[in-house]
Amino acid sequence: MATKAIVGEKVGMTQVWDDQNRAIPVTVVKVAPVRVVQVKTPEREGYSALQVTWGFRRRSTLTQPELGHFDRAGVDPGRSLVELRLDDVAPYEVGQEITADILSAGERVDAIAVSKGKGFAGGMKRHNFKGQGASHGNHKSHRVPGSIGACATPSRVFKGTRMAGRMGGQQVTALNLEVVSSDPERQLVLVKGAIPGSRGAVVVLRDSVKAPAGRKGTGS
Amino acid sequence: MHPTEIIDRDSLRTDMPEFRPGDTVKVHVRVVEGNRERIQVFQGAVIRRQGAGVRETFTVRKVSFGVGVERTFPVHAPTIAKLEVVTFGDVRRAKLYYLRDRRGKAAKIKEKRVARG
Repeated sequence: MATKAIVGEKVGMTQVWDDQNRAIPVTVVKVAPVRVVQVKTPEREGYSALQVTWGFRRRSTLTQPELGHFDRAGVDPGRSLVELRLDDVAPYEVGQEITADILSAGERVDAIAVSKGKGFAGGMKRHNFKGQGASHGNHKSHRVPGSIGACATPSRVFKGTRMAGRMGGQQVTALNLEVVSSDPERQLVLVKGAIPGSRGAVVVLRDSVKAPAGRKGTGS
Repeated sequence: MHPTEIIDRDSLRTDMPEFRPGDTVKVHVRVVEGNRERIQVFQGAVIRRQGAGVRETFTVRKVSFGVGVERTFPVHAPTIAKLEVVTFGDVRRAKLYYLRDRRGKAAKIKEKRVARG
């Protein structure tokens, strides 16, 4: 599991020049300081995590139970509550602020966000099916999935057979991305490559769980 | 304002002269060979400018030993040491792809006499 994590908002993609004058594609993530609302421990909740919020929200837009939850923590209400699963939450306490300076350039992170909704998508887009030929007598079957099973045996379609359906709008984790730069002053983190979700999407950045130990990089 | 402009502003160059398609330019390119760095000049006509912001690029075409050579540079590339505008061209379109089909005198671009402000 991750040892540190933070919540941000996807701003968009652009490019920056690296020290060898190469263009690096980056995703800009706005990481406002997050406030710890609740610390979940294995003793009390059965697992360790931080419940955090960020940004601001008028008190009148909250329900009484939500207000009570924020007031008990003594934290200003934020846009929403997000849970960050961590190995060890002992160094954290309620009300503490976490800023972008926990990340530094060269580090490897995972980005978790809800992907863009694609609506009802066919097999070619959704499962990378090949489709069929454009010519050679093909009639109205250019993008159809083809066969979905055998005949009288088993005389049914197996469960889980890949077909057309709703695509996107699901939580996706992009693993092992490089932090190009982290700017706590401007509350910005640049991550190399693409991150799931549309502009304005809520993104959780955590230190990479799968990066090989040697390449994990503690910031150069 | 584009949302990522706050980042892009750091990468933009302000020392680039104004130039358009049709202009003849000298691009001084930094070339790194091992540990040594030297400047190479690429001179030719700008046949297109494309994109905007940090992503904007331009293409320079020259004819070298009878072979047409085109090179595309990002306008804000740090590899460009200097860009000189040699002549201003008088052209009627933004993309001068028609030059590729022309040889010799037919591929000449009329020069604009008036100074551009």
